[in-house]
Amino acid sequence: MTLLTVAGLHVRGPEGRDLVSDVSFTLGAGERLGLIGESGSGKSMTALAITGLTPPGLTVSGSVVFDTPGLDRGLDRIEVVGAGERRLTSLRGRLTSTVFQEPLTALDPLMRVGRQVAEPLRRRRGLRGRALHAAVTAALEEVRLADPERIARAYPHEISGGQRQRVAIAMALACDPALLIADEPTTALDVTVQADVLTLLDGLVEERGMALLFISHDLAVVSRIAERVIVLKDGVAVESGSVGEVVNAPRHPYTRELVGSARRLDGALDSAIDGAIDGRTP
Amino acid sequence: MTAGRRVPRSATLVAGCVLAGLVLAVAVVSFFWLPFPPDDTSGDRLMPPGLPHLIGTDKLGRDLLTQLMIGARVALEAGAGSVLIGAVVGLAAGLAAGFATRWLDDTVSALLDILIAFPTVLLAMLVTAARDASLGSAVIAIGLAMSAIVARLTRVLVKRVLAQDFITASRTSGTSWPRIVVEHVLPNIWPTLSVNLALQFGLAVLAEASLSYLGLGAPPPNASWGRMLQEAQASVFIAPAGVIAPGVLIVVLVVGVNLIADGVRDVADPTRRRTR
Repeated sequence: MTLLTVAGLHVRGPEGRDLVSDVSFTLGAGERLGLIGESGSGKSMTALAITGLTPPGLTVSGSVVFDTPGLDRGLDRIEVVGAGERRLTSLRGRLTSTVFQEPLTALDPLMRVGRQVAEPLRRRRGLRGRALHAAVTAALEEVRLADPERIARAYPHEISGGQRQRVAIAMALACDPALLIADEPTTALDVTVQADVLTLLDGLVEERGMALLFISHDLAVVSRIAERVIVLKDGVAVESGSVGEVVNAPRHPYTRELVGSARRLDGALDSAIDGAIDGRTP
Repeated sequence: MTAGRRVPRSATLVAGCVLAGLVLAVAVVSFFWLPFPPDDTSGDRLMPPGLPHLIGTDKLGRDLLTQLMIGARVALEAGAGSVLIGAVVGLAAGLAAGFATRWLDDTVSALLDILIAFPTVLLAMLVTAARDASLGSAVIAIGLAMSAIVARLTRVLVKRVLAQDFITASRTSGTSWPRIVVEHVLPNIWPTLSVNLALQFGLAVLAEASLSYLGLGAPPPNASWGRMLQEAQASVFIAPAGVIAPGVLIVVLVVGVNLIADGVRDVADPTRRRTR
């Protein structure tokens, strides 16, 4: 069943330049799609257009349609492009929620972590008081945070980067969206923490049967978590297909370059390991 | 680093509270007890400090301590009233400008610049001409002048907060604008804004003293420190207490309030507490 249909999506800047041009794709319920490209390629702008949150001054055209039977008073198809702000606000969180790249700035620095996680739980599930408190603790436990009671009482600057990203994931999941958008969620983290957060995200999306739109510039990370991938360059989708197809037989020169550089990095790591085993100086 | 409910200690805050609290205590006492009735001119003129007039008398034979105590009341009323007007009007205008579209924002900003460039004394004279020479007129004039400054600061702070990721994050999860303002914008501008309001309180006390000195403040027999200075000016070499006493009290209150402003900054922002 198709959850999201993006067709002919254009995002135009104030000077008339296309930031995203003619991007089309579909996403099934529970499917995982990777959006890959260098910075400025329009990945994040595509994600913002899907949530209807493009910054003022940009014009969005094309269509972004969610097929979610029974979600909104019997209305099955929801068109995001051109929808009113009030209506979008009531739909956001239920349709989509987003995990951002930099968890330090994505959390309110002056609000205790527990309250930030509580906000969507209160709104979505109507919880209050003791039940809300228990739900916050459960949400923090679900993202494998040790000592959730202490974390809930902490301010964002008092916990580590990995912990912050887990909190951000807990907040996004608390909305219980049909589609989770992860915008470079591991880029700001240490490599070892990256792997943990990826595994966590993988498991949680699987458990809940959510669709996932995973945005990254890192081919290795995307190929680990996504089933299909779209390669963006200068706002244009230059290639799309299953992860296996794109990695094994890249058609577009840019994709080849991307796969090539990922291979070279891997190769460098391998030869360093071989060198160490052979007893030579790497 | 645990996040308990500790009340952070701040030496400046304590010092500020002691100084401003002193003036506040004097003002509170003035409502219940005064050494002499405010309009009692039975004392000798220009008496030096002693008994029964502890700080002496003015050129009409009125007790100086009595006037100083009433002056404390007037100074605090002027400060609190102006800050209240300045905060409410300024915050509303600043929030509107911060959220507004480009065109409206530019218009409001230009108006604010004009209002800020307008001298407070001139504004006070206009208000006085339109109403009457009273503490209320002075407070309205000072409050209006202050609201322009508060609005400009609020506008910048709001714009800075709105550009942050956590606002976008909050919107992606479906939080409505009014809720974002209450939950995220106001708490995030408050640390800076509260410090500014505390500083503005001190400036308002000074402004009221200046206006009273010029005869644009509270009329007699409501003694204001500014008018006491003006009345004692001619006899400063014969009876210096009449000038020194209100002068010292103005300094005590303004310095106390400024120290509180500094202390509030340390306490209001939890991200600064760690460095202590």
